[in-house]
Amino acid sequence: MLDFITGPLFVISLVIFVVGMLARIFWYVRGLDWRLERVAYRYHTDRSVPGALASIFKWLIPGGTDGWRTQPVAAVLFFLLHFGAVLVPLFLLGHTVLLERYVGITLPSLPGTLADILSVLSLAAIVLLGIRRMVSPALRQLNSGSDWLILVLTFLPFATGLIARLDTSAYQSWMILHVLSGELFLILAPFTKLSHIVLFFMSRAQIGMDFAIKRGGATRGGAFPW
Amino acid sequence: MSELLCTPTPITTKEGILELLKDKVGAQYYSQMKEMKVDQAALARDLEQTSKSRTRTWLNVCAHCAMCADSCFFYRTNNNDPTQIPSYKIQATLGELIRRKGKVDAEFMIKCMDAAWGKCTCCNRCAVYCPHGIDTGVMFSYLRGILFKHGFIPWEMKIGSGMHRVYGAQMDVTEEDWLETCEWMVEEQQEEWPDLEIPVEKEHADVMYILNAREVKHYPEDIALAAILFHVTDTDWTVPREGWENTSLTMFAGDWEGCAQNVKRIYSAIDRIKPKVVVGTECGHAHRATVVEGPYWAGRESGDAPVRFMHYVEWVAEMLRTGKLKIDPAKKIKVPCTLQDSCNYVRNDGLGSATREIMSYIAEDFREMDPKGDHNFCCGGGGGLNGIGVYRKERNVGLKNKLDQIKATGAELVVTPCHNCWDAIRDMMEVYEEHNIKWSFLKPLLAEMIIVPPHIRHNELE
Ligand code: SF4
Ligand code: SF4
Ligand code: SF4
Repeated sequence: MLDFITGPLFVISLVIFVVGMLARIFWYVRGLDWRLERVAYRYHTDRSVPGALASIFKWLIPGGTDGWRTQPVAAVLFFLLHFGAVLVPLFLLGHTVLLERYVGITLPSLPGTLADILSVLSLAAIVLLGIRRMVSPALRQLNSGSDWLILVLTFLPFATGLIARLDTSAYQSWMILHVLSGELFLILAPFTKLSHIVLFFMSRAQIGMDFAIKRGGATRGGAFPW
Repeated sequence: MSELLCTPTPITTKEGILELLKDKVGAQYYSQMKEMKVDQAALARDLEQTSKSRTRTWLNVCAHCAMCADSCFFYRTNNNDPTQIPSYKIQATLGELIRRKGKVDAEFMIKCMDAAWGKCTCCNRCAVYCPHGIDTGVMFSYLRGILFKHGFIPWEMKIGSGMHRVYGAQMDVTEEDWLETCEWMVEEQQEEWPDLEIPVEKEHADVMYILNAREVKHYPEDIALAAILFHVTDTDWTVPREGWENTSLTMFAGDWEGCAQNVKRIYSAIDRIKPKVVVGTECGHAHRATVVEGPYWAGRESGDAPVRFMHYVEWVAEMLRTGKLKIDPAKKIKVPCTLQDSCNYVRNDGLGSATREIMSYIAEDFREMDPKGDHNFCCGGGGGLNGIGVYRKERNVGLKNKLDQIKATGAELVVTPCHNCWDAIRDMMEVYEEHNIKWSFLKPLLAEMIIVPPHIRHNELE
């Protein structure tokens, strides 16, 4: 059982994830239309490249933009969630071993305790974001099933992985659940809002280019002061 | 009346405009709209062909995080009403329209219209605060285009876009009216400025000046002031006979075909006159329509206008910087004053530094609004909202945000180099009975404080 889900099933879900995400990037770029969107995508690389990069990087830095600074609580929770959600799956020792075995890519691995701390923080952030979603009137207005789905999909692998580490008596069963939930995440990511894993970069680059090529990029020295 | 006033066909004749104008406040127009059939197949086709990956991605990946809520002045002024969150507004309208693949009725289309014109001025501020870079203003502008095509647009917008299509101007100003106004303004000024001219269609002039039809119709002295400032700076300038009007109610209406017509009229004036630079009057949306969006409507793949365009604030800043305009220090603005950043040429064309440069020359006690520049709020009357009767209430509520911003500066004068902002600020002072704050365009302020160079003949009137 464990052999199958950490073997072939893992490879299949990884393939779905990677191919799905690449497809989303491909369709996104293909579907851009300079006439309809009124953005001269092909011109002014001197402005579009810095604009796209600035728009991505500024938003990757906590407090890097006015948007983050004006909503510090939400921003802190997003970043806590995402530190763990990006670093742990990629760099946890068990994961890097799997990756090396099946894909042949060797990544450095995180010290175990650091990974634990990141996981706990991510879990806490997910819970708090969930609470925020339920109590704030603004969030309640916007809420939809798809928002909960991705919170749950992210919550499960973290929770099961941590429990497996703590509850050594039932390690095997928790591990199976952990791997399965991780694979569920990978398989569904391209088809749900989790696609923002790549589309965030696309959309940010696009708006960065829009402001840089067209909406005053020339007078602002290439990039908008996010 | 039994004629059909509300149809999806754009107005292209004088008679059509007159018919619509006869219908006071559009009462009959709006009642017919409720009965209008939605061509669902055509709507589905339009959505399919024009909402591409950018729009769909924006609608799909929106994290419903509400980070955009507080960035919208409508949300703030409506007591944080959750239905005023940019994300909600667009999801409940355009999002729903796309999800239902156009299978909607007139009632839904009217709901979309109410949101597209009554709940969003397309000021693009929320885009600056969304982690995903989702620009709700852009999507509302897109939605306006769809609604225009299917006939669900406010009565004034229908008339406005018709005016542009028929007269080439947002008002019924004909070429004759325009040229007569120029002559009249020169005559008016003869006593004070004996050598003042408004040269028409002068080929290869350095500057071609274009303006807002409202100036011709309602405050022609603005043209005289522009002429005086060109005159004292020894600018070699001209105005075109045709293609002189650069506003675009068609842009507010979502009439993209009309937008293209406007822009091409101006660009062909450039072809005829071949100026080095085009200077446009103090109007935010006119600049955006002609310089920022215009090149795309004209089909220019580079996204650039055919020749350098300057908004009036850029031209003034350059004149002050190069010393061609000199300010009499004794006549600078003494009272505390502030500056309205027009979304259309500040957030959307990066001209916030030009306006501040001007202020550094003309004001002694300049106070910034908070927030300012690229992050400034819409005045509350943008996107055509000033002119739409049915949404007057919504607009008046929205104006409060800007009034609070102005009051917090303690300023007694608001410098407002944009027609729409000027109107909105005038109206908010009236609606909220604020009597101690004045507002002004740049030209009249500058005309009061310039030093006239000795070689220019000038007779001081008493
Ligand atoms: S800030 Fe952006 S992602 Fe968040 S709710 Fe608003 S539009 Fe959606
Ligand atoms: S574009 Fe401006 S008015 Fe429209 S939703 Fe965004 S912030 Fe509000
Ligand atoms: S009226 Fe002025 S502030 Fe309002 S949207 Fe237009 S330019 Fe912006």
